[in-house]
Amino acid sequence: MRTTRKTTLASVATMISGALLITACGGSSEAGSTDAADASADGKTTLTVSLFGTMGFEESGLFDEYEKLNPNIDIKYESTQGESKYWPALQTKLQSGTGLADVQGIEVARIADVVANQPDKWADLSELATGEQIPNYLDWKAEAATTEDGKVVGLGTDIGPMGICYRSDLLQQAGLPTDPAELAAQLTDWDAYLELGRKYKAAAPAGSAWTDFGGGLYNAIISSEETIYYDESGEPVWDSNPAVKDAFDTAAKAGQEGLTAKLEQFEDPAWDPGFASGAFATVACPSWMVGYIKGKAGDAGAGKWNITSLPGGTGGNWGGSYLGIPEASENKEEAAKLIKWMTDGEQQATVFKNVGNFPSNQQGIELVGDATDEYFQGAPIGKIFSDSAEAAPTQILGEGDGVIKTALTNALLSVEANGVSPADAWENASAEIENQLG
Amino acid sequence: MTLSSTTAPPVPPGPPPRAAVRETPTWKQRLFRAEEKGAPYAYIAPFFILFIAFGLFPLVYTAWISFYEQKLGSSTSTWVGLDNYRWLFENPKFFNSLWKTLTIGLLSTVPQLLFAIGLAHLLNYRMRGRTFFRVSMIMPYATSVAAATLVFAQIFGRDTGFANWVLSFFGVDAIDWRNGDWTAQIAIAVIVTWRWTGYNALIFLAGMQSISQDLYESASIDGANRWQQFRHITLPGLRPTILFTVVVSTIGATQLFAEPLLFGGGTADGGALNQYQTVTLFMYQQGWSFGFLGRAAAIAWVTFLIIILLVLLNTWIARMRDRDPAEAAAKRARKNAAKGTGR
Repeated sequence: MRTTRKTTLASVATMISGALLITACGGSSEAGSTDAADASADGKTTLTVSLFGTMGFEESGLFDEYEKLNPNIDIKYESTQGESKYWPALQTKLQSGTGLADVQGIEVARIADVVANQPDKWADLSELATGEQIPNYLDWKAEAATTEDGKVVGLGTDIGPMGICYRSDLLQQAGLPTDPAELAAQLTDWDAYLELGRKYKAAAPAGSAWTDFGGGLYNAIISSEETIYYDESGEPVWDSNPAVKDAFDTAAKAGQEGLTAKLEQFEDPAWDPGFASGAFATVACPSWMVGYIKGKAGDAGAGKWNITSLPGGTGGNWGGSYLGIPEASENKEEAAKLIKWMTDGEQQATVFKNVGNFPSNQQGIELVGDATDEYFQGAPIGKIFSDSAEAAPTQILGEGDGVIKTALTNALLSVEANGVSPADAWENASAEIENQLG
Repeated sequence: MTLSSTTAPPVPPGPPPRAAVRETPTWKQRLFRAEEKGAPYAYIAPFFILFIAFGLFPLVYTAWISFYEQKLGSSTSTWVGLDNYRWLFENPKFFNSLWKTLTIGLLSTVPQLLFAIGLAHLLNYRMRGRTFFRVSMIMPYATSVAAATLVFAQIFGRDTGFANWVLSFFGVDAIDWRNGDWTAQIAIAVIVTWRWTGYNALIFLAGMQSISQDLYESASIDGANRWQQFRHITLPGLRPTILFTVVVSTIGATQLFAEPLLFGGGTADGGALNQYQTVTLFMYQQGWSFGFLGRAAAIAWVTFLIIILLVLLNTWIARMRDRDPAEAAAKRARKNAAKGTGR
């Protein structure tokens, strides 16, 4: 932060002094030459960390701990709640090269874009202290952040192995099984999930839907696919990939039959309170959603939620993030040491225990294998997510993933909330994607 | 010291300047002369330098970018000529966003100005606590757009929103404000109206106070009631003010951005069917959600041209109707009053 303000001050000063010179009113140009490099008076190095959402480091007190371990380091941390707001701002800063933090978070949906289009804006982590961490990762997690010529632009924080979170109290009221194992036995595939939803709808308390949002359901279904929108050669295949169409159709069917609460995830202000009020009984649950549910359902929700594996016991991955160092950072070495420490197995395990973000570092995964969660009725979340992570395919990511995903989830919202037919919605989304990426 | 020394200076009354050549002015005189000529430019220069840096340069640079394919965060760009504009004018989403800008603009501007005129008229009467009411009018304008929009997003919530709670007393079923087409637009229009009504009311109030009290007095002597006074004196007298507020609100409506963005939860989609995606939101989506800066620049320029067109149209209408409004109003008021008493 401090560097930001100084650079801004310096540039303002330059501009004013320039103006003064031109207007022949005299004045010294000294103000313009104030250096932005700041070794603070007390000899401490200030590292700025800018993340999004709840990545769990600050929440677990890890930054304080690192400062204690490294008395010469001062960490300034800031977080933007929504990634969709965080990313554009970061892009603007990257473009201008100012206002960047030493450590920036990168969401997995952006990593392909970063690797393909802006490797020159990010430091190569394989050449810094972070290099020794890379072999510890799940292969696919590290590969996704590596450019063709071997530059590593980000180090993974978490991954998003999948489960289904559900309100056992609501399922009980509707006469459905509440035990995770029993429920898993009934959920043989996604059709069975919808079938159970129909049963729930018939007997459910008023104002409670089977799941929150067709887009969320879609993301869960697609999370177990290897090829999604692009094939290995980087060609877009979203319109010919049957997996995409099937997932879309299943989610659209749920929306059309009124099995969803029509609450767009993260955007609709009624979605958050829905976790507490029971507006929906189940929600597709990447590991990071565990922390989100605890936050939104609050203490009153303890013991009401439970978790089981995806239908058919398939593995999947939805989301997860990376940490990178912008090329413009002046403290790359120290920032790399910080990242290395933050992504160590132990720290990842701590974050998992606190907010549920699942480790991407294999040592971290080993540490959390037998974790259980009191809030989720003692559910063996360590085992559920480890199994899912193990069975998860190596997803192929592409540059246009964000555009395509936005168009499809919007189309699904239009099915459930605006009564658009699934076929029309698919057409609309296709036209939009063609138009945008074509 | 005098600065008026453009002509040959008068012979100083005191002792003559030592060895000064009369014909060629001294360095001091030259300085004075230069200062006199240059000073005005120097004084306005800071404004123009700032204007060039923050006004003109971005404008021209945006035009430049709009001819390139430029991705956000990437340092390479390719010249594509008019492709971005072609893409824009073939894009139904763009026309949708123009249409939404227009409908939300009408939904917010018209009630806003009507309320504002009414309020200003009421505040123009002598009453107790007038200053208090006038100041409180401006309060919504002084709140942050973000805070106001977030509160309104809660008010228009589907499950626990205040608006639906109130409507439930009238037997109206819960409305999904956010996902509906017109409902979302109305909700946004309400935010805009709430925020800007007081501001416009104050401007109208200022306009009203410049209308001579004599007109009202003579009208009331002639038996015109308050409604007649309002219609036949206030409204015609306010014509220039009304035009001003219309121009300003039109520009504001064309640039409507923060309200729909935050109402949508911070994404630039403007709803599943883009039902409240205004043109600036569309620009933001292209540039910052999808990263197509060239296209965003093209949208920015087209919007700029549209605003210029609208302003020209406004000015043209203004000129068409530009007669001496106060006098015409007075004449009409007198005529009407006469009609009223004659009956």
